[in-house]
Amino acid sequence: MSASLIGARVQRKEDYRFLTGAGQYTDDVILPHQSYAAFVRSPHAHATIKSIKTDKAKKAPGVLGVYTGEDAAAAKLGGLPCGWLITDVNGQPMKEPPHPVLAQGKVRYVGDQVAVVVAETAEQARDAAELVEVNYDVLPAVVDAAKATQKGAPALHEIAPDNTCYVWALGDKAAVDAAFAKAAHVTKLEFVNNRLIPNAIEPRAANGSYNRAEDGYTLYVANQNPHVERLLMTAFVMGLPEHKVRVVAPDVGGGFGSKIFLYPEDVVVTWASRQLGRPVKWTAERSESFLTDAHGRDHHTIAEMAMDKDGKFVGMRVHTTANLGAYLSTFASAVPTILYATLLSGQYTTPLIYCEVKAVFTNTAPVDALRGAGRPEATYVVERLVETAAREMKLDPTEIRRRNFVRQFPYQTAVALQYDTGNYEATLDAALKMADVAGFAKRKEEAAKRGKLRGLGYAAYIEACGIAPSAVAGSLGARAGLFEAGEIRVHPTGSVTVFTGSHSHGQGHETTFAQVVADRLGLSVENVDIVHGDTSKVLFGMGTYGSRSIAVGGTAIMKALDKIIDKGKKIAAHLMEASEGDVEYDKGIFKVSGTDKQKAFGEIAFAAYVPHNYPHDKLEPGLNENAFYDPSNFTFPAGSYVCEVEIDPDTGQTKIVNFTAVDDFGKIINPMIVEGQVHGGLTHGIGQALTEGCRYDPDSGQLVTGSFTDYCIPRADDVPSYQLDTRETPCTHNPLGVKGCGEAGAIGAPAAVMNAITDALWSMGVKDVPMPATAQTVWKAIQNASKKAA
Amino acid sequence: MSVKVSMKVNGKAVSGEVEERTLLVTFIRELLRLTGTHVGCDTAQCGACTVSMNGAAVKSCSMLAMQAEGADITTIEGVAAADGTLHPMQAAFKEHHGLQCGFCTPGMVMNAIDFAKKHPGASEHEVREALEGNLCRCTGYHNIVKAIMAGSKAMAGAK
Repeated sequence: MSASLIGARVQRKEDYRFLTGAGQYTDDVILPHQSYAAFVRSPHAHATIKSIKTDKAKKAPGVLGVYTGEDAAAAKLGGLPCGWLITDVNGQPMKEPPHPVLAQGKVRYVGDQVAVVVAETAEQARDAAELVEVNYDVLPAVVDAAKATQKGAPALHEIAPDNTCYVWALGDKAAVDAAFAKAAHVTKLEFVNNRLIPNAIEPRAANGSYNRAEDGYTLYVANQNPHVERLLMTAFVMGLPEHKVRVVAPDVGGGFGSKIFLYPEDVVVTWASRQLGRPVKWTAERSESFLTDAHGRDHHTIAEMAMDKDGKFVGMRVHTTANLGAYLSTFASAVPTILYATLLSGQYTTPLIYCEVKAVFTNTAPVDALRGAGRPEATYVVERLVETAAREMKLDPTEIRRRNFVRQFPYQTAVALQYDTGNYEATLDAALKMADVAGFAKRKEEAAKRGKLRGLGYAAYIEACGIAPSAVAGSLGARAGLFEAGEIRVHPTGSVTVFTGSHSHGQGHETTFAQVVADRLGLSVENVDIVHGDTSKVLFGMGTYGSRSIAVGGTAIMKALDKIIDKGKKIAAHLMEASEGDVEYDKGIFKVSGTDKQKAFGEIAFAAYVPHNYPHDKLEPGLNENAFYDPSNFTFPAGSYVCEVEIDPDTGQTKIVNFTAVDDFGKIINPMIVEGQVHGGLTHGIGQALTEGCRYDPDSGQLVTGSFTDYCIPRADDVPSYQLDTRETPCTHNPLGVKGCGEAGAIGAPAAVMNAITDALWSMGVKDVPMPATAQTVWKAIQNASKKAA
Repeated sequence: MSVKVSMKVNGKAVSGEVEERTLLVTFIRELLRLTGTHVGCDTAQCGACTVSMNGAAVKSCSMLAMQAEGADITTIEGVAAADGTLHPMQAAFKEHHGLQCGFCTPGMVMNAIDFAKKHPGASEHEVREALEGNLCRCTGYHNIVKAIMAGSKAMAGAK
């Protein structure tokens, strides 16, 4: 192998099975004696349960068992834990109300699970679930976070009578206030970062089974981190030893964060399988996905930026109220704090930043990480402020950015992070050229002749990926380590199986990771298989989220490869009768330096497993190594996006006519896959900006946007083809120089789109437009502006 | 109330006892164990359940198995050649990275083949409109559109 596989557009190894219908997702797993579960869910946003009658359901055809919260309590099934402890402004721990797997006396959102029915078929389970009679005492509900903390608001949990989980802050408030007092100009915006429903196209699913012979459980589940799922479920909920539980996350049809978490259904089917001695499978219907998958975003924010007379940022002040929903989901508490406030420096040298976050319980689905998780919210705050500040100060929006860019690395921000490397000017310059910003004025003029409004908007985002140095995360409240594990198993004939704790649910790890290993060992990618998603095969893993797989999981694999090569050198030295120090290695060839003696990787592998001529006094046979890698810092992908929109003022319809993204992801292993990740992320971000908005009825707490007809995830004709490019500053602290690319698009796009829309409407006096900027919303903004002008 | 249904699936005659309410997708997935056809929304919105029935793309989650009595059905498992060679549309999806998690992919491919047969040489705009009934959350459609245009061309060339 001569050409490097790093940077090569290798077609995906996983595609053949997906294209021929041979993929195996959780719902495709049908076990012997399979039974099916259906959940009885609360139709009310807030109610006490007076009684539950299950007799009719139990007698229905095919029913094997019906269980309620009482059964779960009798079985001592614990509540679902939260994985991140936030300490509030007074040094007190956040309020952690119980999160039962089946409701205990009270329901707190529409969709809250009350009982489960297990039957021979899915249809019978659903029919019988209709026969469970639950008598509710309906209570007043509150769905809006700001209203939930007002006096007299209905309280969800005894432990938090004011519905406040915590008030948390980062930064020196007094110093920031002083900077604002001296500022030449202050830009202030108040907005909502709209609530989103994740909607992976594969609905959540779980299939639990108990094996009497092994006295152990197997859970197939649509999940992004099977070891974390197992740890949470065994240690915190079911009180089982981990070695008795196998969790398999087979092919998973998209996650976007929503499949990180331990959900009640996962526990219930696993527990029920033992009660019944049958495997129990549950697959969400789409309406259940809408109701019960952890939602994302939902911030109400007041944001201010203080500038000196030249537009140099001197201080930033942010107050956010974050809606956590009815219960604390697995990483809910970290998203609006650690993953949000720490990103508020953006690409800029803002010296003083203060951020205060009030996190609130409401009668809505739990809110947790969704593609970007905190970082899209932070980027929206920074980039909407920056663009608005430029317009108010009559500076070019790119010029104000240039005046404030971080240019010297490493750079310590005012909000705890240390950026290792970057070149923000380079991505901005490339984006301006690619988007033909120079020609915009002409295009705007031409559009105006057709009665259309054109706008141009920018976003210069940064994100912290490669989550995370465990010690840092631990000091900030994480209750888990955030390393990754990898194992290289070399087979006697020289082919390789790699086991990784990362999990692919669309990201193409089976190809990207194979490229990394094949390149290093001088193999073809066909001779390297990647195994993931099964706790019985993979030694350990923290899973995939926060764009961490290549940076953390990939590095663990690199470390294991180092060990393989080290051992290989020892074997090679023995075989070639040389000293180990004289053996050089490059891409599958062990050479004695200064001679023509060499051994191929395959020969070394064979010698390790057929050790007839082998240094038995110094080495064990076999060639199999594993490694754990805990990163020393986060990685910091960054980039510049330019969005050009055309608005029809008569209808408010916004069309994205051009979207340019120039990203710096450090080194890129497979550009084809990276581009695909950016396309998907951008579309997610454009969805947030233009089409997606979760709505609950403010009085009844019913989810109004509970189907694809009411909640619009982007269709193919809602988005443009994208113009992409990359610039490269390799990450300084991992051997591949990689940063991660899975979330960037979703982080940068909303601000770019909204900056473009507000650019188009600025001259009419429109300063801000809420997301999603649907035709109606934009039309209203135009109407209100013309009324004011009149 | 069980009824017997018979149809041809991927060239083979099949039959089975189903309830009157059994959906075609349930028949295909649970009885025939052809799990390449997926259920993403139960409401004919997402298109993951798309199969070909008598030569036209249909959403198998929104019709009864009984309605397919006597029909000629092709699922994603029946699209590649008998020796495993990918259909030109499948090959185009692979070449242009038109899939990520793979869950919407079978429906996308089934719809794309039907569309390409009926509208050879369609423009990007027409392809995007044709995808109105197929949702993807991973790819942003960019590469799916490219794949369908290339696959369409390859299908026309293969005739």
